[in-house]
Amino acid sequence: MKSKKALFHIVKRDTLPWYKSWMIRGAAILLALVMCSLVTVMVTGLNPLDLYKTMFYGAFGTERKTWVLFQKLAILLGISLAVTPAFKMRFWNIGAEGQVMAGGLACAAIMITLGNKVSSNGLMILMMVVASIVAGAVWGFLPAFFKAHWNTNETLFTLMMNYIAIQLAAYFIIIWEVPKGSGKIGMINQNTRMGWLPYLGGKQYAIIIIVIAILTVLLHIYLKYSKHGYEIAVVGESERTARYAGIKVEWVIIRTMILSGALCGFMGMLLVGGTDHTLSTDIVGGRGFTAVMVSWLAKFNPIVMVLTSFLLVFMQLGAKEVATNFYLNESFSEILTGIILFFIIGCEFFITYKLQFSKSGKEA
Amino acid sequence: MKRFLAIMMCLVMVLAVVGCSNGAKTETPKTDDTAKKVKVGFICLHDEQSTYDLNFINAAKAACEKLGVEMVLKTGINEDNSCYETAADMAASGCIAVFADSFGHEDYMIQAAKEFPDVQFCHSTGTKAHTENLPNYHNAFAAIYEGRYLAGVVAGLKLNEMIEAGKFTAEEAKVGYVGAFTYAEVISGYTSFFLGVRSVCPTATMEVTFTGSWYDPTAEKEGAQKLIQGGCKLISQHADSLGAPSACEEAGIPDVSYNGSTKEAGPNTYLISSRIDWEPYYEYAITAAMNGTPIDVDWTGTIATGSVKLTELNEGVVAAGTAEKLAEVQAALEAGTLHVFDTANFTVKGEKLTSYLADVDTDDAFTPDTEVIKDGYFSESEFRSAPYFDVQIDGITLLDVNFG
Repeated sequence: MKSKKALFHIVKRDTLPWYKSWMIRGAAILLALVMCSLVTVMVTGLNPLDLYKTMFYGAFGTERKTWVLFQKLAILLGISLAVTPAFKMRFWNIGAEGQVMAGGLACAAIMITLGNKVSSNGLMILMMVVASIVAGAVWGFLPAFFKAHWNTNETLFTLMMNYIAIQLAAYFIIIWEVPKGSGKIGMINQNTRMGWLPYLGGKQYAIIIIVIAILTVLLHIYLKYSKHGYEIAVVGESERTARYAGIKVEWVIIRTMILSGALCGFMGMLLVGGTDHTLSTDIVGGRGFTAVMVSWLAKFNPIVMVLTSFLLVFMQLGAKEVATNFYLNESFSEILTGIILFFIIGCEFFITYKLQFSKSGKEA
Repeated sequence: MKRFLAIMMCLVMVLAVVGCSNGAKTETPKTDDTAKKVKVGFICLHDEQSTYDLNFINAAKAACEKLGVEMVLKTGINEDNSCYETAADMAASGCIAVFADSFGHEDYMIQAAKEFPDVQFCHSTGTKAHTENLPNYHNAFAAIYEGRYLAGVVAGLKLNEMIEAGKFTAEEAKVGYVGAFTYAEVISGYTSFFLGVRSVCPTATMEVTFTGSWYDPTAEKEGAQKLIQGGCKLISQHADSLGAPSACEEAGIPDVSYNGSTKEAGPNTYLISSRIDWEPYYEYAITAAMNGTPIDVDWTGTIATGSVKLTELNEGVVAAGTAEKLAEVQAALEAGTLHVFDTANFTVKGEKLTSYLADVDTDDAFTPDTEVIKDGYFSESEFRSAPYFDVQIDGITLLDVNFG
């Protein structure tokens, strides 16, 4: 008699029509923005409209800020693209951080050791590209090889490869530091600009943005229309089906991880040669992990990833501007980004499930 | 494609919210300034939690308030590309001058200076301005070794007091020093401090440990504890956290700190602190940038410019008569009758230093390039503002060399 009825039940939804699920996502973003403004008002007493205006200014306020936005977008998107093939295959590669680092390290090695030995910048960049792709590919190949042959756990393996890459970078930074004892490399070839990617039309970041735009389209075609892409999808759905269909699963795993790692390595080259011109242990800055989220939120669709990475970068730059303008600590921007992510990830729950409230109120 | 459209719609919605706020904002009081305010940018490695950065931030606030200019402050800017991005962003957003406070910011400031020739870039503690030949890039430092020397005198008097009280013998008077990196700025700092100590307590020796970081509270605290356990009777530091002062307070060991008073962390052990006051430099450089007059390539603040400061003595802890002695030594330094790095006062491998080539023009390999011994003393901060004294003198033992 006293049995209590639950207030609500969680029920799995039928597949939602596309516009409904996107309405939920849109609502989540709006709610997140409201929540952000609430928190800001509580902490600072600011007008929430000011907050949005400042965020927008932080992202698009000057021509320079807009370029930086697109550059950061390009880098995050590039790393997200790189991790996508493996994820689509249900290979939990969280080693992008290390793969990018390995590529960046190889690139920096070429720039530093051959900076005054090679006269042609074109040749230099070619070597940087090859070296970083090879380094990234090796970092991707190792966990895949072990997974394919001995079924090791790829999550742990790729995670630990991150630390190896970062420690290697730390080691070489000590060897290359300028001046000795400072623990920093400083800008590589600052005066000769050897190995620096060219400024297209005087714009430093143009080349990176163009390269990533092309890469996005290529990867979309690769995943959607190529035989490789089909194999990746089948292996991801069910390894047994793949085997039954005559797909060499081991080879697909290894091949795909080499591709993922190589792309990550290439991104490391873009970071060191294109934007930062230095190497530090936090050059990737967690983007190897953020990329997983970007890729996941976009359901592994490269075109949608443009939007998810845009959202994250916009938030990051906007929140940074808020932090500076109102004399808040950098952590404040992280809080805002955290709120947004919480809502976006949380809303996926409401797309898959719905709450059914029980009508117990009337009976009682 | 449909999904694409939908997400675009969502974004339009979001942007609409932002857009509305754009329209609604025109009447906020922020725009009430009559004239366009001059903006000046400041880049700091850490935030106010670090005594080093706090010292800069306070100076920036004071200078901006005095000159009536708007301060744009960015803290937590690492010594990597983010420094370039921040400096360039400040310049593109209308700052007439940009200041950075950490040694490793230098390359990135130079990069931004090349890109924005109409904006002045001033870098504290850097070494490259006199070789880069950029009209809008400048270095600044202060003759802080004089302040360190004075703080050393205070420490030496305290050691003497403890020896007299019978706490330990004169031979046991060992000073510990927590340094950051084995870089000239740190070496110049601990050596001048040690020379100050030894000028009043001739039997003193010193041990130095390095943390490999400018700001690492745990490592600095552990470093200080290690020195104390090794028998050091007094601790000083060149690292930016409260790690060493709090270790001293726990152990009851007198402490000379840096970059500002740490009396709150060590009410019973803190003696004195020397610091660079950057306000005179900021005022000078911002005024020059506003008037369009040139800024010194290398600017060195002194006791006379008000750039080298000592914080208040902790009267309850320092030895009796310290204030009088301090005034006497300071007067001698200002009059030029006393030189901190007088070669009569120290030896290197048992011998007097008669000639020394220092690495003044920065290069990868630290190639010595300039004779810096003149008139019987090592002339620090004369050939460029940043310290270049990197001699290992007798009496100081380096316990470890952490290149972290």
